[in-house]
Amino acid sequence: MSEMKKIKNLKEFSTSADRFEGANLLCPGCAHSIIVREVLNATNDDLILSASTGCLEVCTAVYPYTSWDASWIHIGFENGSTAVAGAEAMYNALKRKGRLKQPDRNPKFVSFAGDGASYDIGFQWISGCMERGHNIMHIVLDNEVYANTGGQRSSSTPIGSSATTAPAGRVSYGEKKNKKDMVAIMASHNIPYSAQVAPNKWKDMVKKIQHGMAVEGPVFINAVSPCTTEWKFDPKDTMMLTDLATDSLVFPLYEIIDGCELNITYRPKNVLPVEEYLAAQGRFKHLFKDEYKHLIGEWQKRIDANWEYLNRREEARV
Amino acid sequence: MAFDKMKLRDIEVWDGNFAAAQAMRQCQIDVVSAYPITPSTPIVEGYAKFLADGYVEGEFVMVESEHAAMSGCIGAAGAGGRVATATSSQGFALMVETLYQASGMRLPIVLNVVNRALAAPLNVNGDHSDMYLGRDSGWIQFDAYCPQDAYDLNFIAFRVAEDHDVRLPAMVHQDGFMTSHTAQGVHTMDDDTAYSFVGEFKPMNDMLDFEHPVTHGVQTEEDWHFEHKARQHNDLMTKVFPKIEAAFDDFEKLTGRRYNLVEKYDLDDADVVVVCMGTSVETAREVALEMREKGIKAGVLGLRVIRPFPFFQIQEALKGIKAIAALDRSSPNGAPGMLFNELAGCLFNTDTNAMLSGYVYGLGGRDLTKRHLTDLYVELQANVDAGKITTPLQQFIGVRGPKLAFL
Repeated sequence: MSEMKKIKNLKEFSTSADRFEGANLLCPGCAHSIIVREVLNATNDDLILSASTGCLEVCTAVYPYTSWDASWIHIGFENGSTAVAGAEAMYNALKRKGRLKQPDRNPKFVSFAGDGASYDIGFQWISGCMERGHNIMHIVLDNEVYANTGGQRSSSTPIGSSATTAPAGRVSYGEKKNKKDMVAIMASHNIPYSAQVAPNKWKDMVKKIQHGMAVEGPVFINAVSPCTTEWKFDPKDTMMLTDLATDSLVFPLYEIIDGCELNITYRPKNVLPVEEYLAAQGRFKHLFKDEYKHLIGEWQKRIDANWEYLNRREEARV
Repeated sequence: MAFDKMKLRDIEVWDGNFAAAQAMRQCQIDVVSAYPITPSTPIVEGYAKFLADGYVEGEFVMVESEHAAMSGCIGAAGAGGRVATATSSQGFALMVETLYQASGMRLPIVLNVVNRALAAPLNVNGDHSDMYLGRDSGWIQFDAYCPQDAYDLNFIAFRVAEDHDVRLPAMVHQDGFMTSHTAQGVHTMDDDTAYSFVGEFKPMNDMLDFEHPVTHGVQTEEDWHFEHKARQHNDLMTKVFPKIEAAFDDFEKLTGRRYNLVEKYDLDDADVVVVCMGTSVETAREVALEMREKGIKAGVLGLRVIRPFPFFQIQEALKGIKAIAALDRSSPNGAPGMLFNELAGCLFNTDTNAMLSGYVYGLGGRDLTKRHLTDLYVELQANVDAGKITTPLQQFIGVRGPKLAFL
């Protein structure tokens, strides 16, 4: 039987035994480690983990050290999902053959990857894993940029963000394309569970992770991960940024069950203007110049439309 | 899920693909993660049918690309169990990134490579371009000349790769179509005998041992990367051959069939020798026998193991030979051929007086005929008679148009 942790409050959470050590090389204020701790703390079950090449990987397994007190594998940039899918296949084979060393365990297979490794270069691998129905969970640490290599745009980078390969300049406002709707694409694989989560709403996140671990079949989780370095905000403000992201509805929190049943899981009491979210980050600084200010209005319209869309889906149960 | 043994006749009529698929079945692989590509597809199809008919107990994961196939193999091997797959050509090329990852992570995966040309221009037929592409990847590479070899070498590959002193992945190469689709008599082992040769998989650093969590695939920079690569090279250079030779010995005791790091045919008193790989070895051997009737002391040296490269075994085998031809079935694209270069490396610093010339042949499945080889032996003999190389160092065999020669 699955064994999920019951953590009631932040104090219990902060003192809970960790399988992800604080000794890592992630930037001060990086949300990755917060998200990973929240995920790992959702269960007492054994874990088989992978990380695709990226910040989390290069900062947590630098030979001869490791931050992981659970089995962990990194192969490359694009194939972390397939790595745990292969491990899951081996688990099934050895279980059937009666060769597991600890046959009474109930391991969970979780793959962590950035948005570059998920939305872009690893897209096909993740799609393959979802389609084949592996009993795995893929979690995107979505900081909307190739942060590990210094801030190049990915297909998760939002319009108007300045990235090193889509910089704002004399005649450009930076990234021109809208962010890919990865949760919708993954849900379209008709997987049992997909969701968007944020580290500030940790109870919502833990509930979703536990739901995902309890279902049979592939699970996709998109976690907003504010990046102090590339979003350009003070490291102490990570949680404030995350609050702005969820409460401005730029990152609405919702889940999709069996690819068709959408539930909004967090409704901010006071919805904040998108402008506040944008104004808190250096990557959008240029949008506040006169020639680009119209983009802030367009941002608000787009976010409103998306919220409207999610609400209509929830209401229609589709 | 029940899994049945299969009753085989002592000699079955199998092509190289089916021989490899049967060997994979008999090794009771835990996970096969695969993607089909011509000409290796029938290996994957054959294995899928074994599964569908209840002859396989392991997992079969049909992924969406060759890169994912090897990625799945790496994850499965890291988890701890017997793992194999098959590919060819473009699929092999797509896999290359993960080949280095598999060997660098010291995961004993067996990969059947049915050799095929690399595009462009697109071509489905056999040459050794993909095999050459893998030669720096840190894998052990075995070369089959016929379906029997393709069957036998799979067992040897598992035995060597999974040895705890080795822990390196291994490829079993066979020629696309010439071996993979040509049915011949194959001496079989019964399922129990075959499995006893490879034995039960013994895990090491397995992720599924929950009491001992492991970290696979770490980061190293200038502080440790070199030491890791050097150790891997050291193990390929020093540990692999003794294990292969022991496996060859045991296999001979079990089946009566003898394999060697290099296969020597009529070399003892030979003057002129062709060095080649794959199906060409058998053709060359036939021609060499005919040349002897014509008074030319011809021999053949076939490479059975390409990586690690049997440097000293080749030196020893070519001792006293007067003229040697290195046959490369891959476009050197601006250099002498790989085999030419590596033979030259073997012979340099020795007291040999042998003359070495290179021939590029058979690209994209172009036939190498007995006539071609007859002419080649005559050229080598002319070199011997003249006491010097009378041709350019690099010639092309069987290409249309004006004769192509370089160097």
